[in-house]
Amino acid sequence: MIETIPSIKPILAILCPALASILILLSSKRPNLRESWTLIASILQFIFILSMAPLITNGKFVEYYLLLDVIPGVNFGFRVDAFGLLFALTASFLWILVSLYSIGYMRALKEHAQTRYYFCFALAIFGAIGVALSGNLVTLFVFYEILTISTYPLVAHEQSQEALFAGRKYLAYLLTSGVFLLAAIALTYSLVGTTDFMPSGILKSSFLHRSTLLILFLLFLLGSMKAAYMPFHSWLPSAMIAPTPVSALLHAVAVVKAGVFLIVRVVCYVYGIDLMRELNLGVLLSSFAAITMIGASLFAIAQDNLKRRLAYSTISQLSFIIFGVGLLTPMGITGAMIHIPFHGLMKITLFLCAGAILVASGKTEISEMAGIGRAMPLTMIAFTIGALGMCGAPPIAGFISKWYLSLGAIQSGYWAFLALILIASLLDVVYFYPIIRTAFFEKIPKNEVLEEKEPKVQLFSEPPPSLEREQPLFVFLIIPIGITAILSILVCLFPNLFYIYPLIQRAIQNLSGG
Amino acid sequence: MLSFVEHLPLLIVVSSIISSITILIAGWINRKSAWYISTATILGQFISSIIILNHILKFGKIHYRLGGWVPPWGIEYVMDELNAYILIILLFLALLCIIYSKRNIEHELPEKVVSFYTIYQLLITGLCGVVVTGDIFNMYVFIEIFSLSAYALIASRGKISLRASFTYLVLGSIGACFFLIGIGFLYAITGSLNIHDLSILLPPFYTNRVIIASFVFILVGLSIKMALFPLHTWLPDAHAFAPSEISAMLSGIIIEVSTYAFIRVSFSVFTFKFLKILPVMEILSWIASLAIIFGSIWAISQTNLKRMLAYSSVANMGYIILALSLSLSSKTSPWGGLTPALMHIANHALMKGCLFLTAGAFIYKSNLWFINDFYQLGKRMPYTSGAFVVSAISMIGIPPSVGFVSKLYIILASIEAKRFIFVGILLLSSLLNLIYFWRVIETMYMKTGNHKGNSFPSPFPKDEIPIAMLIPIWILAVLCILMGIFWLAKIPMPILDRINLLFGLSQKL
Repeated sequence: MIETIPSIKPILAILCPALASILILLSSKRPNLRESWTLIASILQFIFILSMAPLITNGKFVEYYLLLDVIPGVNFGFRVDAFGLLFALTASFLWILVSLYSIGYMRALKEHAQTRYYFCFALAIFGAIGVALSGNLVTLFVFYEILTISTYPLVAHEQSQEALFAGRKYLAYLLTSGVFLLAAIALTYSLVGTTDFMPSGILKSSFLHRSTLLILFLLFLLGSMKAAYMPFHSWLPSAMIAPTPVSALLHAVAVVKAGVFLIVRVVCYVYGIDLMRELNLGVLLSSFAAITMIGASLFAIAQDNLKRRLAYSTISQLSFIIFGVGLLTPMGITGAMIHIPFHGLMKITLFLCAGAILVASGKTEISEMAGIGRAMPLTMIAFTIGALGMCGAPPIAGFISKWYLSLGAIQSGYWAFLALILIASLLDVVYFYPIIRTAFFEKIPKNEVLEEKEPKVQLFSEPPPSLEREQPLFVFLIIPIGITAILSILVCLFPNLFYIYPLIQRAIQNLSGG
Repeated sequence: MLSFVEHLPLLIVVSSIISSITILIAGWINRKSAWYISTATILGQFISSIIILNHILKFGKIHYRLGGWVPPWGIEYVMDELNAYILIILLFLALLCIIYSKRNIEHELPEKVVSFYTIYQLLITGLCGVVVTGDIFNMYVFIEIFSLSAYALIASRGKISLRASFTYLVLGSIGACFFLIGIGFLYAITGSLNIHDLSILLPPFYTNRVIIASFVFILVGLSIKMALFPLHTWLPDAHAFAPSEISAMLSGIIIEVSTYAFIRVSFSVFTFKFLKILPVMEILSWIASLAIIFGSIWAISQTNLKRMLAYSSVANMGYIILALSLSLSSKTSPWGGLTPALMHIANHALMKGCLFLTAGAFIYKSNLWFINDFYQLGKRMPYTSGAFVVSAISMIGIPPSVGFVSKLYIILASIEAKRFIFVGILLLSSLLNLIYFWRVIETMYMKTGNHKGNSFPSPFPKDEIPIAMLIPIWILAVLCILMGIFWLAKIPMPILDRINLLFGLSQKL
């Protein structure tokens, strides 16, 4: 018997960023106060969410409904299960680090409209945590749309023509996808009269037509364009024009993971694994994701802008998650779920390093970064850890997720899938290695030094000055980078950290009905 | 012996007429008194409308016989849940508009303050009259009263608005004529003008050609009044060039009251059984879809904010009529029957009221009409722009705003009616809404230079409108979100369920 505990903890967790956003607006004149609101809210939120973890891992559910019977059979509110909590934990933990990082980044670059930035950031987290904790599709949709709208000002933050264009593209893709999602939810509701997430799925093949279910699945897939699968991925590289903390948290964790999260929810909790098998949708989904896994990696190789390369890497990695779910085997789903926090940790490390390089040296292109490893050793070591993790090298987080994904592929019986995982991992190496090589092993071209007779560049060749010590605010940047890099290793050695592994085990147990 | 509350329907109308004459006389002595008298009257009317609704919910319908004449011969005022609901929306927006108008009219029409409030009060009289009356000819009279006042109010800015007003005058008169012809046909067959009486007398004649013709005449006549595509051509100019509070009333109330008249005629006089004989709802649903699509596309092509909002009204009328046309085929509470249509009437009044008032605020402060000139408004007028963003987001239908709830309910209704094409149309229209509203928001907050590459001078000093104008704007903006939550919590649903029960559109029958 599933035990459900009514508790206001989900509400408290949601309220933290909501209240913070209001307080941030009110204290726009006092930057120190404004930033402390963000920090306080993020820490409180993490505590609330973490405090739910022991209950959840014991097989209970935490729920709290705000409005009952919004439409008959659908309550507006939160029902926290293991998988939702996993995503919430990831997002809220990384929010603390990114808040810290934002202070250093935004102040060092003297960015404009910082109040708007922090306000929208808090709102976006509000949306992301809402998506994670919501108990049914309708609630999820509400927060999903809030997440889209609140991220727009962050994408267009620079307010240049290019940024405005990126913002428009962002909205055009994501709100269109929201429309499809709404249609899918309305259709689901009209078919079965509920939208709750059930571990065994809510749609049943016995009384529904096969083609209806296929069309519905297509609608859901179009509705989760936030997952940036190909060919609907191009908004994500464009959105990289946003400030780096935004790219780091929202476009590597909160927004895109919300899309992936939705896909997992739909596959496992709306359709249910049995129905997916019956319709043969799993193989289709995995094959579809495999195209992006490989394709995005190929695109990544061609990018010279570091953040764009990371963006394509994100696109590829997100598809690993979709791919894993599509395998429909316990191991595959474990791999997919575990990749959500693990990829988050590693990718955020990489993005934060990219931001740190920008702050310290003003460089954004990979080809300009020759020798930067010597000028910024700490940053680049962290970067290397993240990059190795992405490629799946032990003992870094990425190894575990790829291990499970491979096991899942074998379990599913499609050996081609195993090959695809290995090829995609190999491609990860292909696009990450040149960055590391340029940073550590390439010397600054002599002619560049000769042409530009600026003392700074000449000093740069030998001995390299530490860019990390020059920038007074760099401590704000390096602490979060350090924490995420170290954690990427620690979670591989101790997967029980922050309840990550127990939560996934619990989720898998629920899914397999035991 | 009638209780005090049962006199209120008449008092609402009579007090308004008396107030209108009083304003004229008192304003002649002291110009400043005009606003106070008008506001006090509308506040009184608003409070009485709430008392009436409360009474109806407790004790049922109110019948008031004018002069004590027995109904089929004398005029009767009948209040049920539907009138009371519309009346509250009407007077609420009227109240906010008049609070807003104090500073705006002093600024825009300093010469015409007294006549403005006199006619404004007449407009309210007409609107209230249409809503409270239980006599179809009396309804025609009040439609003419509010239309004539509207013509005058639209023309009050002079110059180009004269032409807008004249177009509306010509088309509106044709509409009224059609309505009158329809009533004439009804009278010719049944010999009665009382709505309740007609609904009893009509059923044997449902297939009678004269009756069908009369329904069509009434439908076309009211379609002009409610600016239903393709009879909306008077609307964009009239909305754009009227004073902004009148634009808000036109868009949020006047076309909706005409819709109310149509609902009343089609469901009270003719009843749903008649509507099932003719394919009228089928036709209306397609017209409404065209209205939604074309209204939105025209809105995209506008450069003048108020014209853009006007075309958006055409599209929103489409929403209401589409919801109305689905009312026969969807019965499940809470989205069955008239609920989505009536809900969107209230929601549209809130959203469009707020949008037009903010558009008026931009004109009041810096004479800004065109969207391209709105750069940096987010810094110049932060509170007004904030309200604009809230209501625009609501128009796009981002949850949990009122626009989202309307959209959701109409979608659920069309799914229940098995008309999936309308789901597509509604969703497409919300994307089109996104395009034209986001362009404004982007210009207000994000643009740092114009298309020629020149950057704007900065920093902009903050330059806000007076607090008396901000309050109504923000009340509406907050309600755009709050009402959405109220709808989702189903607080107003009992009223709407009872309306459906009244017209036999509920599942329970």
